[in-house]
Amino acid sequence: METKVMNCIMCPMGCEMTVTLENGKFVSVSGNSCPRGARYAETEVTDPRRMLTTTVRIKGGLLPLLPVVSADVLPKGKIAECVAYLRNVTAEAPVKAGDVIVHDILGLGVNIVASRDMLG
Amino acid sequence: MELYDVVIVGGGPGGLSAAYSAYRNGAKKILVIERDRELGGILQQCIHNGFGLHHFKEELTGPGYAGRCIELIKGKPEIETLTDTMVLSVSKDKQVTSVNPQKGLFTVQGKTVILTMGCRERTRGAIRTAGERPAGVFTAGAAQRMVNMEGYLPGKKIVILGSGDIGLIMARRMSLEGCKVQAVCEICPYSNGLTRNMVQCLYDFGIPLYLSHTILKIKGKDRVEGVTVAKVDEKMRPIPGTEFDIECDTLLLSVGLIPENELSMAAGVEIAPFTNGPKVDQRRQTNLSGIYAAGNVVHVHDLVDFVSDEAEIAGKFAALEAQGTLTPAVDTVEVRPVNGVRTCVPQVLHLPEGGEPVRLFMRVGAPDRKVTLEVKCGDEVLVKKMLPVVKPSEMITLDIPAAKTAMMHDAIMVGLQSKQA
Repeated sequence: METKVMNCIMCPMGCEMTVTLENGKFVSVSGNSCPRGARYAETEVTDPRRMLTTTVRIKGGLLPLLPVVSADVLPKGKIAECVAYLRNVTAEAPVKAGDVIVHDILGLGVNIVASRDMLG
Repeated sequence: MELYDVVIVGGGPGGLSAAYSAYRNGAKKILVIERDRELGGILQQCIHNGFGLHHFKEELTGPGYAGRCIELIKGKPEIETLTDTMVLSVSKDKQVTSVNPQKGLFTVQGKTVILTMGCRERTRGAIRTAGERPAGVFTAGAAQRMVNMEGYLPGKKIVILGSGDIGLIMARRMSLEGCKVQAVCEICPYSNGLTRNMVQCLYDFGIPLYLSHTILKIKGKDRVEGVTVAKVDEKMRPIPGTEFDIECDTLLLSVGLIPENELSMAAGVEIAPFTNGPKVDQRRQTNLSGIYAAGNVVHVHDLVDFVSDEAEIAGKFAALEAQGTLTPAVDTVEVRPVNGVRTCVPQVLHLPEGGEPVRLFMRVGAPDRKVTLEVKCGDEVLVKKMLPVVKPSEMITLDIPAAKTAMMHDAIMVGLQSKQA
């Protein structure tokens, strides 16, 4: 049995959690204040994932950039590749918050959506 | 002169939440004045997620949170908004003078005014770092606006001074944009940002964090070429012999926020020590009758959710006052932070007959674990709350029920008590 101390990143509370592992496999977690924390602890030691927020270029909008967010968490190891992909994406105004900008990015099963309205 | 029930100075999350709350509490004519080209305030440049879990019960990005606030006030004939409009003065008799390209200089009269101007960043001048004045020194927030809204990169090789949330968020942001973040230096022996930001903004990107370190000198004449860093002792004095250089073309400063109170002070609003914002009561009324204040202009928050909560309080009571339905206060109780609690808002309570529910927002002076927060009146403990972890960077809230406030007299003490076994 080994234990790993980690801070939850699911919300700004940042609970300090202790994860118990056996032969690298998740056994239990303590210190979390909600079920989201327990889920985070388990995936963090097996398959770490992160939300991605960045910008893409937008044509014809009030601003030259549109902030976007992944609709769900992405594998941590794929974040850099996703950002590189988004560097070559250009959206077109008008866009509404929640509009899908990239469908199923890199085949990871997660959409990239607009964080805000951007009128023309 | 046009007369409004409530005039709100600042169209960020504080102003928008105050406007919505004033509307819900019966105000019929509300004006929100914003100096930027659109509503939403600084949230529009905070493109990361993590906002809204308390207030909207949903995790949102900054622009997403701003969008929600804007949605709530949109299409309501009771609420007018002006963008690209700079408020020049607020008088103690609640006249607000502004300027914009369409109307020129104009003054409106509020039955009440809510100050929600937010805060601004401390700059290089505030920390007096030696060196020439090369290009490449930015506040973290200015760089954030350039990168996230305007489409410019301030540099390629970055050092960040200060481990507050904006500094940490920018470390990740610059890394994602292809910059090399060389280091984050923090003068305190602990980080001043949220734990989650330490994990996902520094550890994830392998960015070194130098705690108890500061920047002695900015090198370079025309452009930043590097910084000289040194370790500091427990009194934050640089230790001779510990200096080393880090190469960079850009220095981002995340060295604190200052509530923006020039308008408040000119109006005669009393500013509280330590928070550097208006001294307010539990209704968020300042020392000037009918002038309310909420959000980062009162004290710097770490969560926008609490800004909205606080602004809703101000909006409610401003609306009630404008309609003449405010329950008059009969008792004045001073709120005194003691024993490890550094600041507490509100600083004073003006309580009606029978008391009123009060929510306290506090910050501690130093990190600690397993402490009990107590509110005492004389020797009597009125409310207490166990806290597993406290940090100067994380605001603590405590609700006091109306019945308990009715038992208060003269002053209450808010402090941390000895450790649990």
